[in-house]
Amino acid sequence: MQTIKQLSDLLAAGKTSAVELAQDYLAKIDTLNPKLNAFVTVDADKTLAEARAADVLRAAGNAPLAGVPFGHKDIFCAEGWKTTCGSKMLDNFVSPYDSTVVAKMKAAGLVTLGRLNMDEFAMGSSNENSFYGAVKNPWDLNAVPGGSSGGSAAAVAAGLVPAATGTDTGGSIRQPASFCGITGIKPTYGIVSRYGMVAFASSLDQGGPMAHTAEDCALLLNVMAGFDERDSTSLEHAKEDYTRDLNVPLAGLRVGLPREYFAEGLASDVAAAIETAIAELKKLGATVVEISLPNTKLAIPAYYVIAPAEASSNLSRFDGVRYGHRAADYDGLTEMYEKTRAEGFGWEVKRRILTGAYVLSHGYYDAYYLQAQKIRRIIANDFQSAFAHCDVIAGPVAPNTAWNLGEKNADPVAMYLEDIYTLGVNLAGLPGMSVPVGFGSNGRPVGMQLIGNYFGEAKMLNVAYQFQQATDWHLKAPTL
Amino acid sequence: MKWEVVIGLEVHTQLTTKSKIFSPASTAFGAEPNTQTAVVDIALPGALPVMNRAAVEKAIQFGLAIGAKVNQRSIFARKNYFYPDLPKGYQISQFELPVVEGGQITINVDGVDKVINLTRAHLEEDAGKSLHGDFQHQTGIDLNRAGTPLLEIVSEPEMRSAAEAVAYAKALYSLVTWIGICDGNMQEGSFRCDVNVSVRPEGQKEFGTRREIKNLNSFRFIEQAIKYEVQWQIGEIEDGRKIQQATILFDPDTGETRMMRSKEDAHDYRYFPDPDLPPLVISNEWLERVRSELPELPVAMQVRFQQQYGIPAYDAATLTSSKALAAYYEAAVAAGADAKLASNWIMGDISATLNREEKDIDASPVSAVALAGLIKRVMDSTINNKTAKDVLKKMWEAGATDATAADVIIERDGLKQETDTGAIEAIVDAVLAANPKAIEEYRAGKEKALNSLVGQVMKGSGGKANPAMALELLKKKVG
Repeated sequence: MQTIKQLSDLLAAGKTSAVELAQDYLAKIDTLNPKLNAFVTVDADKTLAEARAADVLRAAGNAPLAGVPFGHKDIFCAEGWKTTCGSKMLDNFVSPYDSTVVAKMKAAGLVTLGRLNMDEFAMGSSNENSFYGAVKNPWDLNAVPGGSSGGSAAAVAAGLVPAATGTDTGGSIRQPASFCGITGIKPTYGIVSRYGMVAFASSLDQGGPMAHTAEDCALLLNVMAGFDERDSTSLEHAKEDYTRDLNVPLAGLRVGLPREYFAEGLASDVAAAIETAIAELKKLGATVVEISLPNTKLAIPAYYVIAPAEASSNLSRFDGVRYGHRAADYDGLTEMYEKTRAEGFGWEVKRRILTGAYVLSHGYYDAYYLQAQKIRRIIANDFQSAFAHCDVIAGPVAPNTAWNLGEKNADPVAMYLEDIYTLGVNLAGLPGMSVPVGFGSNGRPVGMQLIGNYFGEAKMLNVAYQFQQATDWHLKAPTL
Repeated sequence: MKWEVVIGLEVHTQLTTKSKIFSPASTAFGAEPNTQTAVVDIALPGALPVMNRAAVEKAIQFGLAIGAKVNQRSIFARKNYFYPDLPKGYQISQFELPVVEGGQITINVDGVDKVINLTRAHLEEDAGKSLHGDFQHQTGIDLNRAGTPLLEIVSEPEMRSAAEAVAYAKALYSLVTWIGICDGNMQEGSFRCDVNVSVRPEGQKEFGTRREIKNLNSFRFIEQAIKYEVQWQIGEIEDGRKIQQATILFDPDTGETRMMRSKEDAHDYRYFPDPDLPPLVISNEWLERVRSELPELPVAMQVRFQQQYGIPAYDAATLTSSKALAAYYEAAVAAGADAKLASNWIMGDISATLNREEKDIDASPVSAVALAGLIKRVMDSTINNKTAKDVLKKMWEAGATDATAADVIIERDGLKQETDTGAIEAIVDAVLAANPKAIEEYRAGKEKALNSLVGQVMKGSGGKANPAMALELLKKKVG
């Protein structure tokens, strides 16, 4: 297992090259990906071309991450790459343009190893909703890797890539990071540009890095973040160095533990791992305060109204007219639409489009959509009240460790309930991250969630980094 | 039974911005299909809209021009429906909180002023075009127009006749072109009207059920469509049928309206605030800057023309019917033309000739300065009015931009008015000798009898005599 930091040091020392690294990782992908199904697209020619360019860039100087390889979640449009979003609908879609995230990483000389599997249009918590098949958890091939950034998490955990991009609408970075024992951060809404990131729920979607360590996440976030005039929801926030506070001691840090995150429903093995981690934070000088996020339970209904509502509209562009899948035979326009969308979308996507269309429809809008927006504000206010008493919030990412493939497919609502600790962060637009803190009784990883206040990324990364200096959970690797 | 007609208009005005409302692509008309399309206009996955400030500014201008409330915080919403020329599957528009609310426009029908209240005006994007005729069994889609900024201007249902509706549309048209937010090119669809029509028995308070005539792009069609629709609705009711709410189309070839979709087929647009666009916030500074830069509006200009130039209200209204005409008038006066004479010439010969040649004042071959040069020669009696008309004709044909254009023609063609009393006296004597009867009548008290003699003197002088001088001489000799 190697970190971004280690690889960039090796490259800087001239001990390896971008091309050599790319070849090594491509070989690993070749061997191990069939077991995991983490990649949708691998294109060695493209990767090696990027690697050669990265070596040139590094030689020119001032490109500390040039040549470091990574993988993109298949949701970021990248010119010349198939960008499928895990959907049959976009199985033939080769993007003619770069998303801002892709452009920024390209400019930094990071080398794309391939495109990572995901739940279709980022809808799912298990990565079983992909047109390209389920991704397996490298810690246990019978387990799900979490979702929707399951390909990213599995590939990082298995060492197929040292890091990857992910997106998080309701937990899609944090939960798979937790299930696969890696570190992942979902920044404050508006920090990372959404331009060219295929939209699921625009007001909730946020891209972020997934890697082994907090330090790697900070290094990558430095590349990914920044104001973008092409995204009207991008925040005009001054450029930050997210590594700047990594070494700040935790003495005096107030860690808030939300009562509602440790209540009924949390598996005892997960609780035990989290409590051990919190004890570690105390040892590092932090103090613990109990806080309350009283409307935590309301996050689930609010999220499952707002996200599908936005999705139902965002996914209307997939109509078979201009690009993507179109049914082969149809009689007239309406049938073209119906067949195209019936064939192109999977069941979870259809379920959410229908839910979304329903809650926005005439006569139901006030009862569902407006009500959900009110809850959203209440939840955001709850967090602000909590941050009056603490600097960072800690708790579980999910109530359970990774479940078995197929285990929850019959009951979508049971799967939705697994998102209870992650949804609030998206509804409030706050930054959150997952840090590996041990394993459950079934040997599957447990992640601790850290939640910061707005623009609190550096603080969270500081806490995670200090924790990782004192522990080695993030260094554990599965044997495949 | 007597019926009252109730009409309200929704007008889509294309705003004259260089780029689209949410994308950097050009809005120019007439390019090859699908060549003016950015990722936003094709609705590629991941594409995001970015508000064009110029479009907002034009909406503010409109709001201020009609005395409306400009909402300093307004919301963009998505209007969801599927159609091939609507690439995102939704149109970005404004629904609950539009940028402009209220405002008034004054119309004049048969000399009577009437104030029409506006409900709102909101920003939205245009759709692309479906080309049904160009391919066999296929429909072509051109997305060049997709994303063109529109200001949809909605009136209250306060018009009571086709004539009022047309007057309103024309007044609105004149205003949006005056303040320069719309190019007014109706053939290219820059100004499109949806007309809501209903009828009710005179004296009834409740509105009748309305039908909406879509997409009328000429004032004549508006009038024809309303007239036909009103008769149709009255006919239906009188035959005992009820009017069903519907969207209808007007066919200019047959002059009839026909059903497009009934209320039952109406879409549920599932409006909701667009999460890709934060609320549109207009600062005080922005609002005040636009206010200070707003051109003088027609109504204010009419008042000023009456005061500054001492011309009648009718003249002032006519001269301010377009910004270009008003500018032409002011330029002529500034160049030394008498204010009332300039008004007469512009409303008379100039407008008549322009109309005949289907030209705008901008395309007038005689410039305001050249016209002033001509009028000055009338003012100083170098030529008389009749000669001046001939000179103008010659100036028109040759094109005249200089202040001296009239002088050159007068000199060249020897048209200078005869002011030599001796020369005119000889003609007067000859005319008097040939018309003893007229002299008798004049002496008997019929003042007008000499007027015909003036004409003969003019004729005898080849048009060059000064008519006033001729009359004076005639009176002297006869009296």
